[in-house]
Amino acid sequence: MLLKQEAENPQITYNSNKMNSIDALKELLYKIADDQLIIGHRNSEWTGLGPILEEDIAFSSMAQDKIGQSEHIYNLLHQLGEADADTVAFTRNSAQFHSSQFVELPIGDYSFSLIRHFLFDFAEYLRFESLKSSAYEPLAQVSKKFFGEIKYHTMHANTWVNQLGKGNEESHTKMQDSLNYAWNYALGMFEQGPAEDLLISENIFIGEKALQDVWLGTITPLLTQSNLTIPAQENWKPIFGGRFGKHSQHLQPLLEEMTEVYSIDPSADW
Amino acid sequence: MITKSYIREQLKQVKDPEIPTISIVDLGIVTGIDIHENDVHVTLTPTFAGCPALRLMEDMVVNHLNSYNQLGKITVETSFETTWTTDLITDEGHAAIKKHGLAPPIRNCSNITMEVIEATNCPYCDSDNTSMKSPFGPTLCRSLHYCNNCKQAFEGFKPI
Repeated sequence: MLLKQEAENPQITYNSNKMNSIDALKELLYKIADDQLIIGHRNSEWTGLGPILEEDIAFSSMAQDKIGQSEHIYNLLHQLGEADADTVAFTRNSAQFHSSQFVELPIGDYSFSLIRHFLFDFAEYLRFESLKSSAYEPLAQVSKKFFGEIKYHTMHANTWVNQLGKGNEESHTKMQDSLNYAWNYALGMFEQGPAEDLLISENIFIGEKALQDVWLGTITPLLTQSNLTIPAQENWKPIFGGRFGKHSQHLQPLLEEMTEVYSIDPSADW
Repeated sequence: MITKSYIREQLKQVKDPEIPTISIVDLGIVTGIDIHENDVHVTLTPTFAGCPALRLMEDMVVNHLNSYNQLGKITVETSFETTWTTDLITDEGHAAIKKHGLAPPIRNCSNITMEVIEATNCPYCDSDNTSMKSPFGPTLCRSLHYCNNCKQAFEGFKPI
């Protein structure tokens, strides 16, 4: 059984012929945790700068949720033989991150942050909903917990997308432009893992394709209700690469800022 | 003879650092007490994954039980095996939350919608004529509300 196996090789290799289910599981955990850590950091950039106090608090709270959740996933990786959470979070360079390029994009205009929040958090909500019944029990347990927390994130996102999508011409235009820009990056979240078939066959994960279908089915009516239109399907060009360590120019500067204190003094406590 | 109920009773003196009127027992986070001879192992479940009080509460449990001389080695672990929800908060816990000036969470947390959280009663005057300002408050477990009856801003313990 997967749980009982010792990790044979702490380094993940991307040769799918050589990957075993432990490697595939680690890849899944890394991409979940890295997405949460990076979007958490981006959310925290609104602290002190939110357009209104309540939004400042909302993005700060969501940042705390995401980063807290990522730590628990890194702990699961540690149990599978990877380095401890702080080492994994603070000592890798951008090419070692499995996050999608979507989460590393700068916070931009508030409309972009809200649209990303909507598209990302519904994907994450549905990911954890499916992982609640994962055959990998430690992941199923944390997913049950995270699911309840992320429900608040999706409710928050949907409230604002709806209000501003249906607001005035200016707010609608900003939201629609941000949706158009974000779309192909959002599709990039569903880049398939190198040995996803193993996870699907062992009932650990439903797979990115199935997840994307559930996500589209969920967000499409919500966006329609908000008078927002998903780009035409012939223009869908998912921006992949993040899951395999290929990132935009935005990730490395983010990591340098995030790890600044740790780099000066790894033993610093606060 | 040290019993689980004895330990549970002692743990009622350990309070939530952010809401000091409620004990960790009434908060529902003590999910396991295992006794082996005089050694005690306590299992806690996190309220929120990102709650900074988690490690503090682990230390508080160890420190508190260490003050009883008849007890042996005290260990604490945090586990997600039992998923914490606000439905695990006892009735006594609800009273303690209200005493702290927070609206207790609505029961049956599995069907939470914005409408459900909107309908939070004011902890000061019990009026249901309130409005929610934000589902996110000063700590992860709180939402922000306003009472239209007594004209008082208040915070609610989020149902989760």
